[in-house]
Amino acid sequence: MDSIILFAFYAFAAVAVLSAVGVISVKNPVHAALLLVLTFFSVACTWIIAGAEFLGVALILVYVGAVMVLFLFVVMMLDIDTTPMREGFVRYLPIGLVVSVVMLAEILTLLGVKSRLVAFGPDPATTTGMANTKWLAETLYTKFLLPFELAAIILTVAVIAAVMLTLRRRTGIKTQNPAQQSAVRSQDRLRMVKMAAVKPASDADGIEEAR
Amino acid sequence: MFDVPLGLGHYLALGAVLFCISVAGIFLNRKNVIILLMSIELMLLAVNVNFVAFSRQMADPAGQIFVFFILTVAAAEAAIGLAILVALFRSRRTIEVMKIDSLKG
Repeated sequence: MDSIILFAFYAFAAVAVLSAVGVISVKNPVHAALLLVLTFFSVACTWIIAGAEFLGVALILVYVGAVMVLFLFVVMMLDIDTTPMREGFVRYLPIGLVVSVVMLAEILTLLGVKSRLVAFGPDPATTTGMANTKWLAETLYTKFLLPFELAAIILTVAVIAAVMLTLRRRTGIKTQNPAQQSAVRSQDRLRMVKMAAVKPASDADGIEEAR
Repeated sequence: MFDVPLGLGHYLALGAVLFCISVAGIFLNRKNVIILLMSIELMLLAVNVNFVAFSRQMADPAGQIFVFFILTVAAAEAAIGLAILVALFRSRRTIEVMKIDSLKG
């Protein structure tokens, strides 16, 4: 059973790393966004293996369902020419590779020194006899209630900011004003005018009188 | 490879690899703002992997709750960043980083 879990972890981690390499190296931004979806999905699978079930599902819902769709919309909407943007790719490839490989080697050395690949203990949520979601919620809604409310405010502010940034008022076009349309009253539409009933002189009468 | 049981080190190594890939992505794609934003998202994901692993190791739910808040802020960041990108594209007709230098004296 343990080796199956380990094999699954290695498989998900390999998919995540390979698709992350794809995200930063493919030419087409749409392909990059789709590969990022695959990365997020694989990492969510590794989280579920580690027992963080709620976060794994939340990552798929929030990122794959919302953020990446937003990315795809923007990429498709902007109609960008990506060829001039690839100019520096080969030039910066050596320095980027050197920096990231050295950083990775340093981090992995530290991990080898400090962590020594100790196994996880039993899942803390199941040892208390609760599901992972309940285990999180009992802390989230007691100790972290104020940060939770602040997160809601941050999301509201972000929505308003995003709408205000992209809203544009076009001038020189004709639009309807729905508020004005529905607030209209009958006396605004039709005005009764009182006037005396006078028979207008016809053209034939006028001509006879002139003779 | 299969003789050590799944533990903290595996997750920390995965987080480190993802983080370094995203650093390389920022170096390589410095002209394309969209790929830069994607690299930042990848970086946040790498940090979240560490939080989840340590939360499991320490048997403390605070780590996973922090990931929850990071996800919230990252979603807000992506929304505002993409909105700025759309507004920029409308006014300049380009999102190339090298051409956005009107603040340069």
